[in-house]
Amino acid sequence: MEHTSLLERILRGVALTLVVIFFMFPIVWIFMMSFQTNETILRIPPQLVFKPTLANYTALITGKLTTAAGTLDIAFMRNLWNSVFLSVTSVAVALLLGVPAAYAFARHKFRGSEDIAFTLLSFRFAPALLVLLPLTLYFQKLGLSNTYIGLIWVYQLICLPLILWIVRGYFEDIPADIEYAYRIAGHSWFATFRKIALPLAGPGIAAAGLLAFIFAWNNFVFALVLASADKQPVTVGALAFITSSGIQYGQISAAIVLSITPTLALALYAQRYLVEGLSLGAVKG
Amino acid sequence: MASLELRNVVKRYKSQTVLDNLSLTVADGETLVLFGPSGAGKTVLLRLVAGVIDPDEGNILIGGEDMTDVDAEFRGVGMAFQNFALFPHMTAFDNIATPLEASRSSQSAIKAGVESVAKLLKIGHVLSHKPRALSNGQKQRTALARALVGSPPVLLLDDPLRNVDAKLRFEMRLELPRLLADRGATVVYVTQDYKEAMALGDRIAVMSQGVIKQLGTPEQIYREPANIEIARLFGDPTINLLDVKPSRDAKGIYIGLSNVQVHLAGSYETAVGRDCVIGLRPEALAFVDEGTPAAIPVTVEAETPLNEKIVTLVRTVRGREILVSRPAGTPGQTEGRAYIAVDGKSALLFDRASGDRIGSKNVVNLRSGEAA
Repeated sequence: MEHTSLLERILRGVALTLVVIFFMFPIVWIFMMSFQTNETILRIPPQLVFKPTLANYTALITGKLTTAAGTLDIAFMRNLWNSVFLSVTSVAVALLLGVPAAYAFARHKFRGSEDIAFTLLSFRFAPALLVLLPLTLYFQKLGLSNTYIGLIWVYQLICLPLILWIVRGYFEDIPADIEYAYRIAGHSWFATFRKIALPLAGPGIAAAGLLAFIFAWNNFVFALVLASADKQPVTVGALAFITSSGIQYGQISAAIVLSITPTLALALYAQRYLVEGLSLGAVKG
Repeated sequence: MASLELRNVVKRYKSQTVLDNLSLTVADGETLVLFGPSGAGKTVLLRLVAGVIDPDEGNILIGGEDMTDVDAEFRGVGMAFQNFALFPHMTAFDNIATPLEASRSSQSAIKAGVESVAKLLKIGHVLSHKPRALSNGQKQRTALARALVGSPPVLLLDDPLRNVDAKLRFEMRLELPRLLADRGATVVYVTQDYKEAMALGDRIAVMSQGVIKQLGTPEQIYREPANIEIARLFGDPTINLLDVKPSRDAKGIYIGLSNVQVHLAGSYETAVGRDCVIGLRPEALAFVDEGTPAAIPVTVEAETPLNEKIVTLVRTVRGREILVSRPAGTPGQTEGRAYIAVDGKSALLFDRASGDRIGSKNVVNLRSGEAA
């Protein structure tokens, strides 16, 4: 055991506290703002002690935003549902397509495999705005604009390369001998993929899926251009809080709290799979 | 059971030829050891037989049936990998059970099969452990059990003792021949350890750079190595190699060692006057008293007792170093001047330029035609 002096421990504690405060402050502040009215938020100097109100959450859930200029309808819950639906479906589709593709790229070096893999990665290079204009025109021609299918399709630009490249690395890390051993034991290549490759790459697939989910959830510009109100996710929906009578900070904060909750919950849940890591103790270290 | 045959197999990786037109037959129930330095193509050969990689040319026959284009799962071979290649997410039991699951055995048959092979290999108590929790020796036995459990007619063992400690390796070297004989399977065993090769092989194929340099019984490989390289690989301590130029006199062909004429048994007619290398096994040399005919004067430099034998390093009057080995407990010179005698019958003569052994008539050169 390493012995640390009292001073060292105190300094370490102070340093850790500073780091935590630095990183957590915005989130804590937003969380506090979500329980305040616009007047208390905008008071100068800001107050740490206030009378909490659930008005912001009520407004979001009921969809009635009361401002000085009158009552506004907001579709926040609808937006939240859209976010969940779009992200989950996009990641599911990307996993379904990307994981077998990643396996193929990792294990079977066929003619042009590197080129195809790189082309898929290059989707991430191009600025989204550059792609958007031609995409909008195509989508209008194909009747895909303002449809869930169209959006999920476009979200593959975000999710698929991510999943493909992360999972491919994990598949490549599995020693080929382990898969050979299963084949020689008398199992088909598909059984080998299902029983050996998939479980061993599990943590990688979970990590890639989670990342893809977060990227899909946070996407703004695709949905802004390609979807109208009833298909928009929270990222776009949050624009509704900038009203003619001012910015509704209280509601925005509450909306942020509600919209980061699913990702946060998912990350916390997936964490144990991420930490577990590849346990390849069967092969010599 | 099944015999195994490779016909003119060629395997290339990019521009490098790993197996060069290799042909090999392993008889039904025979244990063939593939021996050679790393990079000789031993593992590649095993994988070709297992069917996890495909040859560029040639055919692979198992039990007389052409298996070249048959997928690995249908070849009916068992294989143990050098790195064990256990499935890390399965228990030892499930690892061993995989070949039985593939053949759709019943649950009770799987359980019985796994437990009997586990008992044989003394790993019955760790069957519920994941590979991570196993010692190297247990991992190695689990991998071996997995290869054995389905009673495959052909067993491929890729240096299974490479990654286990010396004590276990010694134990397994004693256990394995019986284990393999009981199974009656045709075995191809890869190793880099000449003692393992000698202990386990009915025949040994010495490989180097993608070709089989010599194929024969362990006895043949040791007594009649095809070239200097093979003579050096087999034997511990290493064979003594000295440059000589054989001459002839009335008594026959002799070589000069430290101005002493040592006559060679056998007829090395073709070697007279050529630049040669004489190979003397340390155990073919013995300390003798002064005045013994053809005794070579030497100076003892160092002595190393190795349990069952004692190895002495001596220096000739011309400064050449020679190793002499004698069984422990027998008398020998420990320091100062000494005399050694050469057993002319067991001396091996090699051509210096090509490294090939120069044949002699009184040694029967069995199957030399098979060596590539």
